[in-house]
Amino acid sequence: MNKGPHISVKPEHLFDVLGFPVTNTYLTSIIVILIFIAIALYYNYQIKKVKHSSLFYLFHFTVKSLYNFFETVVESNINKLFPLLGVLFIYIFLTNWFGLLPGVGSILVRAREAHETHFVPLLRGAATDLNTTLALALISFGAIQYYGIKTLGPLGYLGKFFNLKNPITIITGPLEVISEFSRIISFSFRLFGNIFAGEVILSVIAFLIPVLASFPFLLLEMFVGFIQAFVFAMLTAVFINLAVAEAH
Amino acid sequence: MSPEAAKLLATALAIGLGVIGPGIGIGIIGGKAAEAVGRNPEAESTIQKIMILAIVFAESLAIFALVIAILLAFIL
Repeated sequence: MNKGPHISVKPEHLFDVLGFPVTNTYLTSIIVILIFIAIALYYNYQIKKVKHSSLFYLFHFTVKSLYNFFETVVESNINKLFPLLGVLFIYIFLTNWFGLLPGVGSILVRAREAHETHFVPLLRGAATDLNTTLALALISFGAIQYYGIKTLGPLGYLGKFFNLKNPITIITGPLEVISEFSRIISFSFRLFGNIFAGEVILSVIAFLIPVLASFPFLLLEMFVGFIQAFVFAMLTAVFINLAVAEAH
Repeated sequence: MSPEAAKLLATALAIGLGVIGPGIGIGIIGGKAAEAVGRNPEAESTIQKIMILAIVFAESLAIFALVIAILLAFIL
């Protein structure tokens, strides 16, 4: 009996570049970033022409829908915030759907650990790696604090947490600070848990019934990948809104 | 009880009990949102945004339970 599908929480180390360890999720991230840059350059090139191609209209529709949606969330700050929110959505959406392509997770290469060689997948969806999701969560957290401090000033922003006038706010102030930091954990683990659990489900179902049974789960994973990207960007927008709001 | 048996039991209990609360919570949120849209069909997009936000918060608690179960199953 086979020993089971290959499931690993840690990303697998493939090779080193000048001493920097490159894992299979890092390789996938780089490929997705190159795809994203190619799409952006193509969009910029097409938008200057008089007669646009039909692929351009697909990207234009996506960007416009995102812009209109985030405008209803952040109203007046949309021009400052749309680059951040749009990138969070599109990058996480691309990397989640890239992890579902055939070949990702199934093409194996031989990697040499300390003294043994075994087979690891060459490509793996980036959000299955806690490093990626933690980095994205730190970016969101940093952006929330940055826009809060920039809009209200450092003293005004800290005054929202440490308000000594009212006995109740003396207690709830530190609780608010803790809940700010717990957002890092909840952002990163929400994305990691959803995408990693989806990958485990696909591996286990494909291991048990190799023919066709993974198909409904693949559709579920496409839906979950889209929703998690959307939720990440929307929660960032909502928390930035809360951070720049005046204290009541 | 052997450590292997305890580990399996802990994994199953962590994920099994951990998703009861969020499951009930998400059901209540969805039901109340549907009721609110039924009473005021014009406010559908506002209610949908609030519902998605509340469901995401409830779901993240289930994700915390899943993370502990994965930790127990594959790392410990």
